[in-house]
Amino acid sequence: MTSSTRAERTATEYAGPSTRSDGGVDWLLIVAVLALIATVVRAVAFTPIEVAQGAAQKIFYIHAPSAFIGLYVAFGLVAVSGALYLWLRDERLDRIAASSAEVGVVYTTVVLVTGPIWGKPIWGTWWTWDARLTLTLFLWFVYVGYLILRGAIEDPGVRARYSSVLGVLGALLVPFIHLSVYLFRTLHPMPIVLKPSEPSLPPEMLTTFFMALASFALLYFALVRARYRLAGVLESLEDDAVPEAPSVGPLRAEPVR
Amino acid sequence: MSTTGVPGMLAAAALIARKDLAIEFRTRSAFLAALVFSLLAIVIFYFAWDATAVSAADLAPGVLWVIFTFSGLLGLHRSFGVEEADRAIDGLLASPVDREAVFLGKAIANLLFVLGVQAIAIPAVALFYNLPLTRVLAPLVVIAVLAAIGLVAVGTLFSAMAANTRLAELLLPVLALPFFVPIVLPAAQATARLLSGRPVTEALSWLRILIAFDIVFIVACALAYPFTLED
Repeated sequence: MTSSTRAERTATEYAGPSTRSDGGVDWLLIVAVLALIATVVRAVAFTPIEVAQGAAQKIFYIHAPSAFIGLYVAFGLVAVSGALYLWLRDERLDRIAASSAEVGVVYTTVVLVTGPIWGKPIWGTWWTWDARLTLTLFLWFVYVGYLILRGAIEDPGVRARYSSVLGVLGALLVPFIHLSVYLFRTLHPMPIVLKPSEPSLPPEMLTTFFMALASFALLYFALVRARYRLAGVLESLEDDAVPEAPSVGPLRAEPVR
Repeated sequence: MSTTGVPGMLAAAALIARKDLAIEFRTRSAFLAALVFSLLAIVIFYFAWDATAVSAADLAPGVLWVIFTFSGLLGLHRSFGVEEADRAIDGLLASPVDREAVFLGKAIANLLFVLGVQAIAIPAVALFYNLPLTRVLAPLVVIAVLAAIGLVAVGTLFSAMAANTRLAELLLPVLALPFFVPIVLPAAQATARLLSGRPVTEALSWLRILIAFDIVFIVACALAYPFTLED
């Protein structure tokens, strides 16, 4: 397609300082990935094995932080920046919402993949229509729909407004899905860290969990930041890619011979 | 009202609803399509299960509300799709009425559309699945109306949004179906309680969810609708 080749050419020629990331190396992302590796090493090798569940319990260190960051932080940010966009009309807010939704969908996908891997040995089934699983699945559908909606609109202004509306409505939907699925009985382990009484996890496991939570949070912010910058570069490319009309000098009539 | 020039909010909404229903009444395309679809689905669902293993009464609530959702989508898609031809929506927006009134009018027309399909589909399900309809009719009508209001509030807004995208009719179910979960689930559960002869009070907690959903999403969608229009 001619537009893409033009975009590539513009990309190589592009040297605007405003959207350039520092030296092309995303240090925050590197640190986040290293922290994640350290967490996995600690979880696998230096954290005691749970008595009842055995090694399968270790997936908890990936599953629970992903769920917390993906479902609460990422989708919360989509709703908040969507609402703020509708109010302030700052396109940076829309970029934040889009970036957060994309990373949130990835995190929720991790939750939906790691959950069944744990569920098979512990519950004896890959999937069960438990309240928390159902809620997570439907939220995943809402935000995949959000990304599909964004992909289906070309005008940036319309895209920002529509997706902001969907982001806010998505947040309103959560309590309703929550209520309706909780009227079914639930099988999922109750929260063991985020609960009013003392966390009922041995201290070593708790340390690993908080380390995992921190590294997943760091990775989330690094990914959102990288995606946010990318959106900025893409938008400035879109602006540049519009060919300027060839300048037409003042019209002069050829002298009639 | 029309002699004074600019109609009030409700009057304008009624005019828009009447316009949509007049178009629908003269063509009858979407209504007949939704109706035939519902009847077909009722028949097909019956054969999708082993009738000797699952009793028709156990099957009926789910069938009823799944059909209700999908036939509703057929009508909802038409709601703003019909305005896309010749950019009729521009004329509607240029008229001196509030945008909330446009939303309300569209929603009223959609509500009557969905309830019209229901008025034939529910008796049809009762007939084909041999349900004791007369015994549960009154509470069932309440559930149907509450569910239709919520479905139409969300569906009208998403129909306006989907009509403006490249995917158009493909996008509406993707956006709307997750939002129909807190409608279909309580409605089906409440219907199942009623059909199995349980007292109405057992269905009350499900009805409360429906009522709360209706209130929250009518307000939210009416407020959000102007954001989907302006240029």
